[in-house]
Amino acid sequence: MILFDKISKAYNGHFALENITLNIEQGEFVSIVGQSGAGKSTLLKLLIAEEKPTSGRIFLDKQDVTALPYAELPFLRRRIGTIFQDFKLLSQKTAYENIAFAMEVVGKSKKEIQEDVPQVLQLVGLEEKAKQFPNQLSGGEQQRVAIARALVHQPDIIIADEPTGNLDPLNTWDVIRLLLKINELGTTILLATHDREIINTLNKRVVSIDKGKVIRDEQNGRYIL
Amino acid sequence: MITAFKRVFLVGFQNFWRNGWLSATTVSVMVLVLSMILGLLMISVLTEAVVQHLENQIDISVYFKPKTAEPDILQVKNNLLAEKEVKSVEYVSEDAALALFKERHKADTIIAQVLEELDANPLEASLNIKAKAPDQFAAIAKFLEKKEYAPLISAVNYYENQETIARLSSVISAIRKTGLFITLALSVISVLVALNTIRIAIYTLKDEVTIMKLVGATNWFIRGPFLVEGVLYGLISATATIIVFYPIMFLLAPYVDNFFPGSDLFLYFQRNFMTLWLILLLCGIVLGVFGSMIAIRKYLKI
Repeated sequence: MILFDKISKAYNGHFALENITLNIEQGEFVSIVGQSGAGKSTLLKLLIAEEKPTSGRIFLDKQDVTALPYAELPFLRRRIGTIFQDFKLLSQKTAYENIAFAMEVVGKSKKEIQEDVPQVLQLVGLEEKAKQFPNQLSGGEQQRVAIARALVHQPDIIIADEPTGNLDPLNTWDVIRLLLKINELGTTILLATHDREIINTLNKRVVSIDKGKVIRDEQNGRYIL
Repeated sequence: MITAFKRVFLVGFQNFWRNGWLSATTVSVMVLVLSMILGLLMISVLTEAVVQHLENQIDISVYFKPKTAEPDILQVKNNLLAEKEVKSVEYVSEDAALALFKERHKADTIIAQVLEELDANPLEASLNIKAKAPDQFAAIAKFLEKKEYAPLISAVNYYENQETIARLSSVISAIRKTGLFITLALSVISVLVALNTIRIAIYTLKDEVTIMKLVGATNWFIRGPFLVEGVLYGLISATATIIVFYPIMFLLAPYVDNFFPGSDLFLYFQRNFMTLWLILLLCGIVLGVFGSMIAIRKYLKI
């Protein structure tokens, strides 16, 4: 479903990613592990075309993401729900509106939004904070809003960049269980993390990245660096 | 499509309201800018009134020899009116000239006495000619030099006044040119100030724009609310400006009329209230919308 084909990305001559080739099938749950600065986030940014690779190509269902015309990018991004490391919530909108925004963008009706958003809010345990603005929420709560926004419009793929970074252990496992459940329903999941415990418990495919290169790619992998 | 439209409107109003301080400062700056534009407009109206008043002061007179028959004079008048440079011609008969002269000097007993002594009217009939523009008097004077008029005309006072007319005419054109230059310069400055203010307002929201793009919003879906906000900026600031101007004009008008009699600035303002408001509205909306569009462009590139 997703194919990174000999991808390299350089910033000012320094390679953040070097010659990465990675194939991800539909419905897979792939963890990408590595120390900070290893290139995990860069890899995910390339997939939603937030950045362009220096060389190589990325295919999503036979469609070359790197060659996609500018006007097509919104439609690519709608297929992918992204949980950003820094949340990227709209500070001018409430928790409810942030989640609703993802549905408005896709053109869902008011009725659908009114049905789905409260459900998702309940799923992440924030039904009582619906009317709060991001700056009135704690880091963990903001992260859960970001998660809710990423999955509310039922995208084909969910990219999660350190989605548990700001959560306490209890919430962390809630989020992981949520991702697993979504995965069971057929959504492809890309999870970037450096949480050893999560990886070792998940028992799913693990891609280890170090200094911009894939050093290990194994099913039922463990966190080894 | 309709839902998207409704959403864009709603969000536009919502943003305007939620960014209360930002909107208030932006609107304030735009009120200042529009006041500048309206002020310049009023000043140019005033200048034009003054200039026209000055132009109306200039005329030349043709004096006819005594005993020239009235039909002949009226014939000259009609010929003059047929010329394209001539704005108006006023006929003053010998009797009228005398009456005018008496009226003007009625306080002076010596002149009254002298006039009593004279049997005949010493004054000549004349035509007072006004030109459409002050630099056209030369052409009119030339027209009167024609041979056929020579037996009738005793004098044309253009040649004595030539220098004054030329000076006045150059003053008038200087006022017009300077006025236009100042108006243009200040307008450009105001427009730049307005555009920059809007740019800063949008700069504070640049992260939001980036986020919206990354979540998959199309450019127009993001631009829409900013457009609505731009229109709101224009609408509110134009209306506020004209409302603020009303009492100012009312209070200022008497002083202005003292300086420039007959300018009737407040009357002009009242009569053209709607037009002026529409002009401001147009300026405000164009600035608001255009400013937002330019400012947001670079943040949409992601």
